[in-house]
Amino acid sequence: MTSTLNPRFTFDTFVVGAANRLAVTAGRTVAENPGSAYNPLFIYSGSGLGKTHVLMAIGHAAKALAPQLNIEYLTLDEYVEAFHAAIAAGQGDAFRRRFQNVDALLVDDVQFLTNRKEMQAELLRLTEALQQAGHQIVLASDRPPAEIADLDERLISRFSGGLVVDIGIPDYETRVAILRRKSEERGSTFQPGVLETVAKSEFPNVRELMGALNRIVAYQAVNDTPINAEAARQLLGTTAVASPTVASSAVASSSDEFSQFLTDVTVTVGKAVEAWRARVAEAVLRWEGEGYRTGRLEKLLDQETPAAVDEAIAAYVHDVDRLKALEAEVAALDPQAAGEKVFHDPDRMDEAESAAAKVRDGAAPPPGPSAAFPFDSYIAGPSNEVVLSAARDVIAKPGKKYNPLVIVGKSGLGKTHLLNAIGLELARKKGAIVACLSTQGFVDELIAAIDGNRVDWWRARYRRATALLLDDIQLLAGKERTQEELFNLFNQFLDADRQLIFTAPAHPNTLEGLEERIISRLEGGLVAEVSEPDKELRRNALERFLKSQHLPMDVALLDYLADRPTDSVRSLTGIVQRVVEAAAAQDAPVNAGLARDVLEGSPSARRTTGLRTSGIVVSSAGGVRSREKMVWDWPASSDRVIEELR
Amino acid sequence: MSLVNFTSREITCKIVYYGPGRSGKTTNLHYVYGRVPETRRGRMVSLATQTDRTLFFDFLPIDLGQISGFSTRFQLYTVPGQVYYNATRRLVLQGADGVVFVGDSQARQLDENLESLQNLQSNLLEHGVDVRTLPLVMQYNKQDLPPELILTPPELDDALNFRAVPSFAADALHGKGVFETLKGISELVLKRLAAGSPA
Repeated sequence: MTSTLNPRFTFDTFVVGAANRLAVTAGRTVAENPGSAYNPLFIYSGSGLGKTHVLMAIGHAAKALAPQLNIEYLTLDEYVEAFHAAIAAGQGDAFRRRFQNVDALLVDDVQFLTNRKEMQAELLRLTEALQQAGHQIVLASDRPPAEIADLDERLISRFSGGLVVDIGIPDYETRVAILRRKSEERGSTFQPGVLETVAKSEFPNVRELMGALNRIVAYQAVNDTPINAEAARQLLGTTAVASPTVASSAVASSSDEFSQFLTDVTVTVGKAVEAWRARVAEAVLRWEGEGYRTGRLEKLLDQETPAAVDEAIAAYVHDVDRLKALEAEVAALDPQAAGEKVFHDPDRMDEAESAAAKVRDGAAPPPGPSAAFPFDSYIAGPSNEVVLSAARDVIAKPGKKYNPLVIVGKSGLGKTHLLNAIGLELARKKGAIVACLSTQGFVDELIAAIDGNRVDWWRARYRRATALLLDDIQLLAGKERTQEELFNLFNQFLDADRQLIFTAPAHPNTLEGLEERIISRLEGGLVAEVSEPDKELRRNALERFLKSQHLPMDVALLDYLADRPTDSVRSLTGIVQRVVEAAAAQDAPVNAGLARDVLEGSPSARRTTGLRTSGIVVSSAGGVRSREKMVWDWPASSDRVIEELR
Repeated sequence: MSLVNFTSREITCKIVYYGPGRSGKTTNLHYVYGRVPETRRGRMVSLATQTDRTLFFDFLPIDLGQISGFSTRFQLYTVPGQVYYNATRRLVLQGADGVVFVGDSQARQLDENLESLQNLQSNLLEHGVDVRTLPLVMQYNKQDLPPELILTPPELDDALNFRAVPSFAADALHGKGVFETLKGISELVLKRLAAGSPA
């Protein structure tokens, strides 16, 4: 039953002039503060001057500012129809409830209330209910409330109680502006003077003006040649040559002397207000209507014969476009900052640019996870099974399952790797902003922000994040301010179901220097421990390392190294590194024997390279090519004994 | 006062009728008032003594409606002619966009005319306005009196109009020359539109 808002009818597409500025301003105000500014807002004008456009524009603007608002646009006829249908279905109460829950009710063509007593009573009841609930009502009619015939006194006083504004017939300049915009929209271009000729004709409303434009658009399309001003005049059947004015035609008969005087004045004014002034004035009118400061253009008007007026206007429009772009950019990052006046003053471009840059800085995403730690490369094994499955759960349902997730474990067990890996996975989600950094970095950033007096943007930056991952949370010890900030962030993240992940060397309640409130919050999630790598994990890690270094997969070497107890993957990697380096230095292959030599020490006397052979003669024809098939290094017998003992 | 406000699309002209006492300034305004359609004129404010002498000033706003997209208003003022109301005269002159000097054509009033002209000049100077730059027209009123009592317009031009501004012979009581004068001053004032707002 309710009409949908026509997407073309927005404030952006509405040409603002002196005749409709008040209505547009009131409409914008109402859209920004529904229910509180002017309630009800009553707009009246003759047919075709833009009531419906303004009404729908209010709906669009309000919706854009607060998408959750329930906005209903309908004509009175539709309202009546809905009412009758509801009554017929015996659902009068449901009907009333439906409209009483509307946040902004836009009713068009209210003049049809004439002779509808029962609808008047219904509308009165609705208006009262909506007003009491602080909901907005906007009404449009072709005449002011008092002139709607047979309208209930109480409704008149209700309607007049808010703000009653009218939309007048657009003046010449607005007509030109409307024509220009509409022809632009249609992609039609006309010779200079054509649109002005059309605008000179007195059309009682914009609709007929559009009709005239359509005619010349059609004519030009058919004739394949650009229409000129004279042809346009003939086409539209207007004979007005000298600029006619409302004034001179209206009083022509009332007094000869006065009208003669008026004509003379008109001619003088016409001469005095040169064409460029009209253009500048038109631009002033247009941009002022859109809320931009026009000081620069007004200054032009103060000059006698300014040079390059059109360039100045073009430069102004360019600046306004830039401001619009900046404002849109800023609005996306920080809606509050976008409302600043500086984004509506083309004379302060520099300030606008720097304001935008400031917001941009603040909105720069916080440090993210490092790409060096992909999730796939995290080696799984029984010793980190629990923490890995928790990590997978977190990735699948960030913020929902384990929040916060605290990964504890000794140094070198891959906590940082896992943290970054989870961060990378989380960051893949659409719209995700993952803050992943070391606690030290976090502290340093806060100090820099305090130093630069930018704590607000620093906060804003982290508040925008969808996940916060902090490495080495124990470093917070003694940093009271950071703990305070983290505490606040913590709460916000928890409230908004955004994921928090921390790493710590030990269980949070054993960490010293952390405030109780932080510890208890850390404990409130899941504390998962990464233990020392088990043999399987060590083996996997070794395999991966050897693969990554393009080293041969020597089973004996793997077994040997994996069997060596290590407290972390990091030290395991260190060991292999040592073996590989030694092998490179000796130009020997990496194998278990070498590893044993390197790790457990071996008589250096035997470390003569190259000369020892296994006794197999390698023929020059290359009968035995693979070095792997040769036994180059026989382990010392003492080594073997030790190994067996283990 | 800004003469032309491009932002609010308004033209406002303040025109002051100046001249010696009893030269017919208020009569000019009355005639204009009578000819302007009711919808276009405001209330004429006239503060006069019991014997119909202007004590303070007359004020007649006229709305010419939309001209080239500008809502155009004229404000016509008169000053009290008598010598001792100089403070009022100076006040009324403030912000004037143009002055109509209404002279009395009677031969015996020539000195009063001269004195009033000098007074105009000095009062304008007090506002920092040079009489040579301000739009000014002369009106020689009471041309309907018997010829032996009055000076002819050329004689008055010789005697008063040493700046050679436009001059108009008038009979304000019957309306002759009233609108011509108003038109004359309006043109001068409006031509300054192109030159931007006056100080």
